[in-house]
Amino acid sequence: MGKEGRGWTLRLAGLLSPVTIWLGLFFLVPLLLILAYSFGKSGVYGGITLGFYPGNYLKVFDPLYLEIIVRTLVIALLNTLLCLLIGYPLAYFITFKGGRYKHLLILLVMIPFWTSLLLRAYAWVVILGGDNGLANRLLQFLHITDHPLTLIFTPQAVVMGMVYSYLPFMILPLYAALEKFDWRLKEAAQDLGASRWHTFWRVTFPLSMPGVIAGSILVFIPSAGEFVIPNLLGGARTVMVGNLIQQQFLSARDWAFGSALAVMLAALLVGAIMFYVRRVGADKLEGV
Amino acid sequence: MGNSKGGPVYRGLGKIPDRVLLLFAGAVYVFLYAPIMVLIFFSFNSTKNTQVWTGFSTQWYGELIRDGSVLNAFKLSLIVGLTATAVATIIGTLTALALSRHNFRGKTFTDSAIYAATVMPEIVVGVSLLVFFVAATVELGIVTIIIAHVAFCISFVTIVVRARLSGMDESLEEAAQDLGASPVQTFLRVTLPLILPGVMAGALLAFTLSFDDFVITFFVSGVGSSTLPLKIYSMIKFGVSPVINALSTVVMVSTMVLILGGGRILARRGENA
Repeated sequence: MGKEGRGWTLRLAGLLSPVTIWLGLFFLVPLLLILAYSFGKSGVYGGITLGFYPGNYLKVFDPLYLEIIVRTLVIALLNTLLCLLIGYPLAYFITFKGGRYKHLLILLVMIPFWTSLLLRAYAWVVILGGDNGLANRLLQFLHITDHPLTLIFTPQAVVMGMVYSYLPFMILPLYAALEKFDWRLKEAAQDLGASRWHTFWRVTFPLSMPGVIAGSILVFIPSAGEFVIPNLLGGARTVMVGNLIQQQFLSARDWAFGSALAVMLAALLVGAIMFYVRRVGADKLEGV
Repeated sequence: MGNSKGGPVYRGLGKIPDRVLLLFAGAVYVFLYAPIMVLIFFSFNSTKNTQVWTGFSTQWYGELIRDGSVLNAFKLSLIVGLTATAVATIIGTLTALALSRHNFRGKTFTDSAIYAATVMPEIVVGVSLLVFFVAATVELGIVTIIIAHVAFCISFVTIVVRARLSGMDESLEEAAQDLGASPVQTFLRVTLPLILPGVMAGALLAFTLSFDDFVITFFVSGVGSSTLPLKIYSMIKFGVSPVINALSTVVMVSTMVLILGGGRILARRGENA
């Protein structure tokens, strides 16, 4: 490039040192710290002894914790699947049938995405709560049930709140992937005699795979770590890993076990990203 | 060709799936907006009930304004949001310049760290910062909240500004330098005006992220300092109340005005640039 030189190096150092210091000190070092703590041993009064104790990781096989972990994975997977089933047809509709309203329709998906997750969960606390609540009255009005049901503080309520909160995270990458779609490919497939159904499964869907994978990761990872929604909508019987981590740090004070759980959550993310890079390619990571 | 399901016949049948798709899309939009609308609607209810309409009143907004702790939480959120946005916007813009204009060793690592920070589950970021601050014996409070907010906002600003930079013509900067402008002059007179819409968009995003953040703040705030989302959370835990509905309405409407208004101004500036 011919730009290299002392001035160039200095300028680059100037541009990069703030981010290196800030993200290094307040993102990477803390992550390394919980990695170290996850192999430590918690004292009775909350102190921690560093060392190499794999016991914190083995604790997850304790039936009590295993149940929470399995429940978390099931809820997160179910949420991802439901978001995909609801989000795909909508993204397809906006991209191919939206016409001149396309931008308005996608903006309408983004608006709830900008309102805080906390408030969106609260909306469901109001709707699902109580025997005389809105959801119960609607169900009775539609004659789905003739007596009030317990809707809040159930796993179903958690899934409901999660689908509501995470749906935009699925729709936006799907839309981004479908938007790039070359219409001529669809026309070519149909000119060659493929039915619409066939065209969709053999041409459109495979080409939208990067969006499907990106959307699934963007929904699955945060929902596996979610603790606000199970806290407000799940109650005591729908504890998820996020709640377990929170308890270890704030009330149980077993920081070593809490760190091990957090490290496993981070490892899940790293695994998902490696899967994405392998399937889709690192160069497309920016689109996420 | 023995192709009985040929194109024309099929396109005729296509009307039905189209209509089903339209109905489905309508239902999804109702699903996305009904809960928010219900929330706003019952903030104007005349009794304490958040589910049965009894008449119109604005009393809960009055109660909200008189609640000193809500006002304090709002002030804290504003201070944190503005400070974190200013710091994160400067750092993020510098980073974006480094990443889009230079090649260096460790670039892939820097890139990965920036993306990792955007997708790392918030609870992991929150607890790791808590552990870090306690280990470093930093007292939890407004300072730790601002530090944490800057850390998660930097990446978003970097990504937004970088997108703007990648669409920019580098020859303009080269021309300025060939004409004798110093690197600082080039940056202030050529590069910055061109990327300003991107920088402003990044700042806007950073402010909304900071203002709305609950999870990370929850872990690094300590006992004394409550931002608005923390205040809302403790109110919800205490019980459903139309005051929360009123507060939610104010927060949602102002976020929307900020983003849509800001976005509109930025779009206009972007066209001119």
